[in-house]
Amino acid sequence: MLILDRIGKIYPNGVNALERFSAEIRLGEIVAVIGGSGCGKSTLLRAIAGLDRATSGSVTLDDVTISAPHAEIGVIFQEPRLLPWLSVADNIGFGLSDLPAEVRREKVARALARVGLTDKADAWPRELSGGQAQRVAIARALVPQPEVLLLDEPFSALDAFTRRDLQDHLLDLWADTRPTLVLVTHDVDEAVVLADRVLVMRPRPGRLFAEITINLARPRDRNSPLFANFKRRVLTALDRSLDRSEPDRDAKSTTGEAMWW
Amino acid sequence: MAGSSPAMTDLESSRRSIRRLAISIGKRLAMAMTVDLPALERTESVESPAPAGRLRRYARPALGLLLPVGLALIWEFIVWRGWSNGRLLPPPTRVFATIVELGRSGELTRHIAATLSRMAAGFGLGVIAGTLLGAISGYWALARRLLDPTVQALRAIPSLAWVPLFILWLGIFETSKVALIAAGVFFPVYLGVMGAILSVDRKIVEVGRIFRLSGPAMIRRILLPAVLPAYVVALRVGLGLGWMFVVAAELMGASEGLGYLLLDGQQLGKPAHILAAIVIFAILGKATDWLIEIASAPFLRWQDAFRQIGAT
Repeated sequence: MLILDRIGKIYPNGVNALERFSAEIRLGEIVAVIGGSGCGKSTLLRAIAGLDRATSGSVTLDDVTISAPHAEIGVIFQEPRLLPWLSVADNIGFGLSDLPAEVRREKVARALARVGLTDKADAWPRELSGGQAQRVAIARALVPQPEVLLLDEPFSALDAFTRRDLQDHLLDLWADTRPTLVLVTHDVDEAVVLADRVLVMRPRPGRLFAEITINLARPRDRNSPLFANFKRRVLTALDRSLDRSEPDRDAKSTTGEAMWW
Repeated sequence: MAGSSPAMTDLESSRRSIRRLAISIGKRLAMAMTVDLPALERTESVESPAPAGRLRRYARPALGLLLPVGLALIWEFIVWRGWSNGRLLPPPTRVFATIVELGRSGELTRHIAATLSRMAAGFGLGVIAGTLLGAISGYWALARRLLDPTVQALRAIPSLAWVPLFILWLGIFETSKVALIAAGVFFPVYLGVMGAILSVDRKIVEVGRIFRLSGPAMIRRILLPAVLPAYVVALRVGLGLGWMFVVAAELMGASEGLGYLLLDGQQLGKPAHILAAIVIFAILGKATDWLIEIASAPFLRWQDAFRQIGAT
């Protein structure tokens, strides 16, 4: 279980990027965090990854506090971030350097086959298309079999067709080992296709505004009325999040604490 | 099947790189050795029997050879006809003959060995110092604030201005010469290494952090490969400056070395000696540059792949 407990982040320049963000995420759950730009969703993800320290609150994974990158937490960024001097196969095996070469080669070969890039094993990253490169990044993050995978707008730089393709592919890969996925996105369609639960954030300071559970069976039909209904609910929540008169989801606990103070 | 295809691409790429090397050799000779007629003729004869399809690829560099080769032939012809005695500007054959003669007497080997050993010592020291300090300045912000302003100020001094001081401090023999060469090599290497480290993509460093690389592993697996292309460029710039300073050092008093040969030729009125030394400098300069290029090529193949794609 991944527990986010009242995470707050104030940058050195005084910007209050994230305030009192709490959530509990079960093992194997897919959670999408959605919100307008500047709502602190990337800040949140970086805090969970242990890349940046939160200024307050804590992240715990199975009772271990996360303050630095953790072996059980993988990250996929908006850009593939492949190492240009390593072949595709070596990029995928980058996180497996502790394993014996034989085991590593076998795992990499299986991952390559799984993302459909076996013929690109010896190619350089520069020779790949954007979608292929992001597949390699996904394989690299998944091959050490982390318990939690964090995705920071992973498909936003891709064209619509490739994006859909990779969304389906991600679900397919997820089904193999069922890691917890925390996905930051600004794409409502993507959130509803992938997530069990959508957390809507509001900006300045970044706060949790609403939580919408998507209880649709997978694979989900993007054209079904139910799907459209969930999309509408997320969109409505996003609209309302910009309305200052609406209370936060955590409004009650906030006032409670204020009284305690 | 799967085993044979990487070998094929390997072979293919090495063949390509050899071809590219041949072209660049031709280009460079054309630029650098306008006086070296024998060498020019040799490269031409290598290229001429190429099949018609490749002719176009070689035609352009060959075009660059046309002017220097033509001029050399014209000059050779003028001297041969006796229209000029070629005393101040000896014809190519006489320069070549001088090289052969110097080589036969063993003198040339001695001069080349003296120059090369100075160069090796100075270049080595300059590269080591430049790499170490550059790496420290690039990696560690405090050291950069402490060190960099001083280094930049020293860099602003024309390095030849150090000569009198080096001679006073280190004497007129090898030490002062090696120190001068090292000083010339140091600055481009220092700047190259520091700049390269500073410009390593933070996003790629983050990948290393995500995979929890230790400090040394981060340097070995992320920083070194990221820095290498710029480092090779810095080495090559440093090498060029090193050759410049080895001549300066040897012109300022030496009993052997190619620079001494230059000076000797001037004082004894033997322009063929001077031209011979210049030609050999050109050959040595290019040869050492190729060595760096060839030695680094296997590590920079990932860049090469990009260039090949860009070319087609």
